[in-house]
Amino acid sequence: MYISGYGILIAFILFSFAFAAAALIMSFLVQPKAPGINKEKTYECGMKPFGDSRIQFDLKYYLYALLFLIFDIEAVFLFPWAVSYNKLGLFALVEALIFIGILVVGLVYAWKKDALKWQ
Amino acid sequence: MHDIYIEIFNKLGIPTVLAEITWPVIPFIFVAILLILVVIFLVLMERKVLAWLTVRKGPNRVGPFGFFQTIADAIKLLCKEDIMSKDTNKILFTLAPMIVFAPIMIIYGLMPFTEKFVAINLAAGLFLVFALSSITTVGIVLAGWASNNKYSLLGGMRSAAQAISYEIPLVIAVLSIAVLAGTLNLSDIVIAQAGGFSDGAFFSWNVFSWNIIPAFIGFVVFFICSIAEVNRIPFDLPEAESELVSGYNTEYSGMKFALFFLAEYAAMFIMSVLIVTLFLGGYLSPFSDYLSVTLFQNIIHNQNILYIFMHIEQGFWLIAKTYFVIFIIIWIRATLPRLRADQLMSFAWKFLLPLSLVNLTIVAVFKYFSTLMNG
Repeated sequence: MYISGYGILIAFILFSFAFAAAALIMSFLVQPKAPGINKEKTYECGMKPFGDSRIQFDLKYYLYALLFLIFDIEAVFLFPWAVSYNKLGLFALVEALIFIGILVVGLVYAWKKDALKWQ
Repeated sequence: MHDIYIEIFNKLGIPTVLAEITWPVIPFIFVAILLILVVIFLVLMERKVLAWLTVRKGPNRVGPFGFFQTIADAIKLLCKEDIMSKDTNKILFTLAPMIVFAPIMIIYGLMPFTEKFVAINLAAGLFLVFALSSITTVGIVLAGWASNNKYSLLGGMRSAAQAISYEIPLVIAVLSIAVLAGTLNLSDIVIAQAGGFSDGAFFSWNVFSWNIIPAFIGFVVFFICSIAEVNRIPFDLPEAESELVSGYNTEYSGMKFALFFLAEYAAMFIMSVLIVTLFLGGYLSPFSDYLSVTLFQNIIHNQNILYIFMHIEQGFWLIAKTYFVIFIIIWIRATLPRLRADQLMSFAWKFLLPLSLVNLTIVAVFKYFSTLMNG
């Protein structure tokens, strides 16, 4: 039961990419092609773009990525717990509360350290 | 459907293996038609509702009530020249709209639209929905980076920061549903919401056992987060028109832009379907029985016809609930201004995340005592 149906999922992955590709190819066949030097410029409010856009990026984005990683792993750990919760009884309830409590401590720590502040 | 398809192949004398291999094409065609119809209607609906909310008429030139406006727009976009500036990374620039669009189409296959209309019925369906919907973010970041445009890059990065921040309360809100239903299979989650509060004429209505009642906080969190996940106002910072000139898709034109557009509306619909499936009873009727069955069972005695009626009604309930949710989302768009970037992030981390944890605790305790009482 746990394996069946994945074949059709793989087929769907292939088909949906093919669908998107087909739309692009169809458009490629019917569209007019009139390239020009001004069309090929990167848009920047009508000015000539200065400098490359691929510059060093702000650190705050990566801080959020780290926090995300911690809490997303928490959520992934909780999924099997949630599915079998009914069969595990009081033990599961208490244990999950402890687990969530530890993570809340982590959240409070990040909060106090101003890691959640967007500067 | 599957059995009939195999049978046709057997009658024509074609090997069964070939039938098994070609079978996924049929549900995919259904899903593709559904997606396109839904988006065509949804774009028109959004423009009409927004127009009515601001006392305008909205599209009313092409066809009756502007009904063919979206189709006209689609044909226009299809025939537009595809401009790629010379600084872009050409391969990634082309790949990005596909990566944004394709996962959403797969999610359509995972949704139970009626009891039988589930193209991919998996035990881990719910888990897969979130796995796929986060791939979309990768596509958006890729689009921003490949464009080599300052606005696009900023839009892409903002989108990533927003999507990952709002995904955590979203997933934790969903955990409460997994606790209530005891499964991750979307069809089983819907079925677990049937039955009502107790026996009796009124309390046996399905509406009393919808997940929204024990997990109301979770519903609110999920609703807000799903609006943020599909980048809609008030969470549309990745494509803020006034400051980022539509963000990650600034450099896009023609069909590639159309794919982003299609993906956005398709995602909005499927997120509403997900809200309905998880919290509002999915395709179940709010009453204790299906209306068509109650009305016609004395007139029509053929069980097969009644069965077909029941399926049509299930589809009707799902679509009706979904469009109600979509209407609220459009209403929010017309009402609220855009959030500031720092407000956006602190709202997710300092408000929604603790709230979703509170919800999970409440639901876990509720479930524990309800199973204790029911034995």
